[in-house]
Amino acid sequence: MNAVTPAASVETSIERAPKNYLTEGGHTLKSWLLTTDHKRIGLLYLFSLLFYFTIAAIAAAMMRMELITPQGDMVTSETYNKLFTIHGTLMVWFFLIPSIPAVLGNFVLPMMLGARDVAFPKLNLLSWYLFNAGGLLALYAVMFGGVDTGWTFYTPYSSTYSNSHVIAMAAGVFIAGFGTILTGLNFIVTTHKLRAPGMTWFRMPLFVWSMYSTSVIMILATPVLAMTLALMSIERLWGVGIFDPKLGGDPILFQHLFWFYSHPAVYIMILPGMGVVSELITCFARKPIFGYHFVAFASVAIAILGFLVWGHHMFTSGQSIYAGMVFSFLSYMVAVPSAIKVFNWTMTLYRGSISFDTPMLYALGFIGLFTVGGLTGLFLAAVGLDVHVQDTYFVVAHFHYIMVGGMVTAFMGGLHYWWPKITGRLYPEKLGRLAALTIFLGFNLTFFPQFVLGYLGMPRRYHAYAPEFQIYNVMSSAGASILGVGYLLPLIYFLWSLKYGKKATANPWKATGLEWQTTSPPPKHNFVETPVVDGPPYQYSAEAAEAEFKKGEIYG
Amino acid sequence: MADAHAALQEQFEEMPQQKEAATLGMWAFLATEVLFFGAMFMSYIAYRNAYPHAFAEASHHTIVLFGTVNTAILLTSSLTMALAVHAARENNIKWLFRFLAITIFLALAFLAVKGLEYREDLREHLWPGPHFKPELPPQAQIFWVLYWIMTGVHALHVTVGVGLLSTMAWLTSRRKFSADYYTPIEMSGLYWHFVDIIWIFLYPLLYLIQRYSS
Repeated sequence: MNAVTPAASVETSIERAPKNYLTEGGHTLKSWLLTTDHKRIGLLYLFSLLFYFTIAAIAAAMMRMELITPQGDMVTSETYNKLFTIHGTLMVWFFLIPSIPAVLGNFVLPMMLGARDVAFPKLNLLSWYLFNAGGLLALYAVMFGGVDTGWTFYTPYSSTYSNSHVIAMAAGVFIAGFGTILTGLNFIVTTHKLRAPGMTWFRMPLFVWSMYSTSVIMILATPVLAMTLALMSIERLWGVGIFDPKLGGDPILFQHLFWFYSHPAVYIMILPGMGVVSELITCFARKPIFGYHFVAFASVAIAILGFLVWGHHMFTSGQSIYAGMVFSFLSYMVAVPSAIKVFNWTMTLYRGSISFDTPMLYALGFIGLFTVGGLTGLFLAAVGLDVHVQDTYFVVAHFHYIMVGGMVTAFMGGLHYWWPKITGRLYPEKLGRLAALTIFLGFNLTFFPQFVLGYLGMPRRYHAYAPEFQIYNVMSSAGASILGVGYLLPLIYFLWSLKYGKKATANPWKATGLEWQTTSPPPKHNFVETPVVDGPPYQYSAEAAEAEFKKGEIYG
Repeated sequence: MADAHAALQEQFEEMPQQKEAATLGMWAFLATEVLFFGAMFMSYIAYRNAYPHAFAEASHHTIVLFGTVNTAILLTSSLTMALAVHAARENNIKWLFRFLAITIFLALAFLAVKGLEYREDLREHLWPGPHFKPELPPQAQIFWVLYWIMTGVHALHVTVGVGLLSTMAWLTSRRKFSADYYTPIEMSGLYWHFVDIIWIFLYPLLYLIQRYSS
């Protein structure tokens, strides 16, 4: 603080609001672009993700429009190939993987641990730049000709035959991958070394456990993808044999390496969502989580098992049938920790004092949609059934139930839950609930018919189809438009709330957790004094909830 | 925290905590690196298994003298790096600087030898593609693709190491390190030993296996 000049003292008396991370350090663009504050970096990620999400969503909208009629009448098949590649690559690498970790994780993980920042703040900023450098390269590939390989880059099509910007896209994913690695590295070290006094491992919120498991996958799987894409690009650039069978290479090896990353990456795209839901369920059921240790270790188990099941993407690729049987068995094993989580959330709800605020609606939606996505995953893990539905809309519906129904729903829930903390403003609750319901209905209308389509045999990745599939495709496209409205609503009222929303108190949900013990928005270093933790997390009680309810203290 | 060290960053409470965080972070990064190289080693194993004869024949054309000399150079550089860390711990700044300088010199020597070897390889038409040595079986190309990629990525890591160690030497000359604070030296050492270990695997895989058996 400088010496108090008369002008400054007048200013402080007018502006009574306590200092927070949005005002401390200045409002300039430079203060944002060079920030090392984990909260500001979280917001930077939020803006970038919104940008990539919009582009990928437009690609999806165009696909759904094309699929309203059986004829390929709106776009050519080449354009359609490029549309689903844009949608897949951007949604996977430039939206879903960083979604909860880089936005909400960055924002709340250090606060949940009682830390002032992550362990390596500069690396944290660097990861945002790497992420966007990769994103811009990917956009370059999209704008100057597109890529038509699908997000999986299967060889030898990608390395030899495709006549599109494969290398630019692969390089974009490669660079963004190092951003992901640095985020994971930061979270691991932060969780190990920056916990507040008294914050033992089993006092950590379950969101931290899931972020920790996610981070382990990030640092161990992402480098394999990087090298695999590099090898593919080298084959494409110099025409030397690595994966191309014409040159002695083995295309199945590419698939092994690709899925060694990409299956664990599927868990990067669901574990953080599970962490958010664990927070939401206990808060809005006003009960401590049922079976804390089981939920925590289920995250770790999913992370470990996730590395052992990649072969279930390759049942029809020509890999050994014995390998297929082992991968099938191991894939069934993943269902165990996943089910432990679902059962424990359900048991937490049992006899809870449940309130249906917006975040809770998303959390409940998550449980249902994730269960459908998970159970249909078991269909696909069965070698015999998978041969029937491989490469059909059944697979598309399955992973959208996990990725959109699961992860995006959890992301929306988490965003609503922590919005008052992030911005210091409350969003309009009624509109929030309306949007949550719209998304739930729109989502199911979009993707449930696709299970039927796939089971009836409609293959994925085609722009034209047999006329008997039209009714389901029309339902799906109608659902997609409802889903689009559902996602647009929060965008509007979140922006509205920044200016007109009611001011949030430090803890509008009356939630436990260190992030709620500091002001909203928090000061730059999160806490005025480093908090000391003396008990387990989630000390909610039904009696207190009752009293709060009578006094009308619960927001919503 | 009465005597907080100048190098203590604001997110940490005390120096030991900062050092532990840096060490854990470095090990996590090295785990990433292992998996990064792992994809290449996996490809090597898969193809060596698929084409054992072509691989044995192809590996006869690597130049074992260069490989062996480089192994010796790199192992010695690991020793001087370890001595540099030791000198830092003993607060012997003069020898810290000298050992860093020797390590950098050895790293450059490694790159020079590698460059000479690459020149020989090119002369022998061992660059995969249409002009590849016609006497070798076609699958031998895959061995040589992997040879160039693996040694190339390793050489890239050596080059990064030269930059890193030069920065450390410069900071040492500006008196940034002492027995109280030499974490960056230790972290650079970890990185350097990792680069060394990767070579310890590359050397037998590319130069030695089945060289004298058939």
